[in-house]
Amino acid sequence: MRSLLRTGRVRRPDVHDPELLRDIALVCTAGGVVGLSFGAISVAGGLPVWVPVVMSLVVYAGAAQFSAVGILLAGGGPFAAAATGLLLNTRNAAFSLAVADVLGRGRLARLVGAHLVTDETAAFALAQRDPVRRRVAFWVSGIGLFTTWNVCVLAGALAGSALGDTATYGLDAAFPAVLAALVLPALREQRPVRRAALLGAVVALAATPLTPTGVPVLLALAGLLVRRPSGRREAAA
Amino acid sequence: MSGGVVVAMLALAVGTYALRLTGPLLHGRVEVPARVRELLAAAAVVLLVALLATGALTESGGFAGWARPAGVLVGGVLAWRRAPFAVVVLGAAATAGVLRALGVP
Repeated sequence: MRSLLRTGRVRRPDVHDPELLRDIALVCTAGGVVGLSFGAISVAGGLPVWVPVVMSLVVYAGAAQFSAVGILLAGGGPFAAAATGLLLNTRNAAFSLAVADVLGRGRLARLVGAHLVTDETAAFALAQRDPVRRRVAFWVSGIGLFTTWNVCVLAGALAGSALGDTATYGLDAAFPAVLAALVLPALREQRPVRRAALLGAVVALAATPLTPTGVPVLLALAGLLVRRPSGRREAAA
Repeated sequence: MSGGVVVAMLALAVGTYALRLTGPLLHGRVEVPARVRELLAAAAVVLLVALLATGALTESGGFAGWARPAGVLVGGVLAWRRAPFAVVVLGAAATAGVLRALGVP
């Protein structure tokens, strides 16, 4: 990992930036808490310890992992679980385009760097003003987040297996609350998305008694039909 | 269940990595239009809210009981008031747990 970081540097620039490092550490800590919850909720819900641990290593996308595990624990099929997670991760394709020239030129740097593309690493990289700083910010935040996420998921999974019956502790309520925390920033800012999400939720709830688990969530995408693209008509509303 | 879990995990892992590889592979040759980016972001929010609603209110196709949605509501209010993530999780779980201890289903 270290050598990747080094080969990425063109010259030996002064990239010592305590403020950036502090921000990255804060985001890693926050991500760690989410990881702990993910591990604990998955295992307490009935999955073996290796499932959240391996999933975090190979999928490495918080919201998609929570969604997939939520559907699996509710008894949904693997197709619905994977499809929901993948739809959530389509935004990573857009982020990976945005940071494509940040990763480095080597084949290994690009193959490994691609796995580290997340909302957070893209944000850190794109906030820097020159290419060298962008590259360093991407790799430092990427390696930091990947490490803390996976270590914390493991710790959470081990703790979760000691918990026993989840309903007693109300951990089943923690999972939807996590989703609320993840989605609130977007709902707060965008009124058209709010409307689409509300309609989608109604569709999903109505479909729940009628369709197999996992399918209602996909049907919720119908809510997007009421969304008016771009904020042009927003002013009139 | 275990076989299904492995299938779901592998499909999600391979698909997610493929999505992340589009940038490095198509490097410089293509740009995602702003409208498509907006649509993808909106779709993610719609999915998460639907998952939230069905997860909070339903259990095996029926109503989940009052304790869970009450806990989720407390967690949601905490999140709305920008409480730290750990507080949101613990607040939701504690509310549902206490209600169940008091006999609420």
